[in-house]
Amino acid sequence: MRPVKYLAAPTWRDAINALAKYPTAKAIAGGSDLLGWIKDDITGAKEPQWDILVDIRTIKEGAAIRFSRNEGLRIGSLATLTDLESAKEVQENYPLLASAVGHPASPGIRNVGTIGGNINQRPRCWYLRGAEFDCYKKGGDFCFAVTGKNEYHAILEGELCYIVHPSDVAPALLALDAKAKILGPKGEKTVPFSEYFVGPRVDVIRENILQHDEVLTEIQIPPPVPSSKSSFLKVTNRGVYDFAIVNIATWLKLNNGSVEDSRIVLSGVAPTPHRSTAAEGVIKGKRIDEALAKQAADQALVRARPMSDNAYKVEIAKTLIRRSLLEAAGA
Amino acid sequence: MAKQIFRLKVNGDNYEVFVEPNRCLHEVIRDEIGLTGTKEGCGTGDCGACTLWINGAPVTSCLMLVGEGEGAEVTTIEGLARDGELHPVQKAFIQHGALQCGFCIPGMIMSAAALLRDNPHPSELEIRQGIAGNLCRCTGYTKIVEAIEAVAAGSR
Repeated sequence: MRPVKYLAAPTWRDAINALAKYPTAKAIAGGSDLLGWIKDDITGAKEPQWDILVDIRTIKEGAAIRFSRNEGLRIGSLATLTDLESAKEVQENYPLLASAVGHPASPGIRNVGTIGGNINQRPRCWYLRGAEFDCYKKGGDFCFAVTGKNEYHAILEGELCYIVHPSDVAPALLALDAKAKILGPKGEKTVPFSEYFVGPRVDVIRENILQHDEVLTEIQIPPPVPSSKSSFLKVTNRGVYDFAIVNIATWLKLNNGSVEDSRIVLSGVAPTPHRSTAAEGVIKGKRIDEALAKQAADQALVRARPMSDNAYKVEIAKTLIRRSLLEAAGA
Repeated sequence: MAKQIFRLKVNGDNYEVFVEPNRCLHEVIRDEIGLTGTKEGCGTGDCGACTLWINGAPVTSCLMLVGEGEGAEVTTIEGLARDGELHPVQKAFIQHGALQCGFCIPGMIMSAAALLRDNPHPSELEIRQGIAGNLCRCTGYTKIVEAIEAVAAGSR
């Protein structure tokens, strides 16, 4: 592994100061994504050789989980996925989140992996992760997936770069209308997760709006909505843990059995978590049954542009939308 | 690369190590402290051979820098035995022949022992989920699950 310098940050402010001071500094929490990245020695014209690691797990208040009926849920970005999965206030009030945080990786990684890390992890594209491939994301001028092996790549919204967003937690946060609290040198700001993720059309180098000297400190989820229903589903290649081929978080607000409002969000299909307003439009004001769920699924994938090896993902995504709607609606 | 001092507490004993900060926790525990029960398999968090406990929770220590182990109670496979007597999970693995080449076993036992501590009577599915992060290339899962089930049954 490349030489690194290790700094423990006692507070968020210390972390930001260190990041602002050193252009090759990177914040490290659970480390399960970043250390793999460094061990693989991934660098490029736009991908610095991170060699100063600022440990943020040392920030005491950073992992707090607080719930109130009025304000909803406040999750410190350093809370581990295991903390969240076992938290009573999450299980009782946000079953969608409780399910989503139990899906990434193995128990040993969820025990150290943080919710912030799961949201901000880098994509798993094997060309991006291969030091030999100077792709767009590293500052190169080529996407190797277009002419190469692309069975796990994007079927929607790919442009220049065809990565898929790898997070299981991100779609659940979008479905729950969550917000990100970001701290930087200029102070604090709160941004809805619907504006947090960035696709290649906006900036091919990054996957979210965080600047080098900014950190995600808290995730805020509104109070639970009465008569709302949800479902989280994920398809993987292996029977045990793996990254999603496709995952889906569905949130429905029902009124006398009809859909008053909904958020349907998939990962594994596009460079950012993909909210399917197309599917939401089909079910609005209607009662969900098998035929309507199928119609919503078909509509959601109308704009799919699969690559040479990944047309199968279109069918998986449709199936998951259909099953997820039926499961959430209890139909 | 300048070495830095790190303070670790492993199996109840305090250690001060002077190492390069890019060393992962399992490497330092093996090469500096001399506890070689913890293995490195893949080095990328996929196989679980390096599983040890941080404050009682099983983690893949190949994806932890030595600095991230500071301030924590680290427990390795060597720390499970009490007064010279093996941990019930260790005994059960021997009795049930739940090992072939043995390389995955320290990590497997650390995951299994934590599972049984938190959930003394798991279902077979819960056992399989508890050791989901530990790969056995000999594929000896059946006897491994039997050994863990035997400990659970014995504590009834």
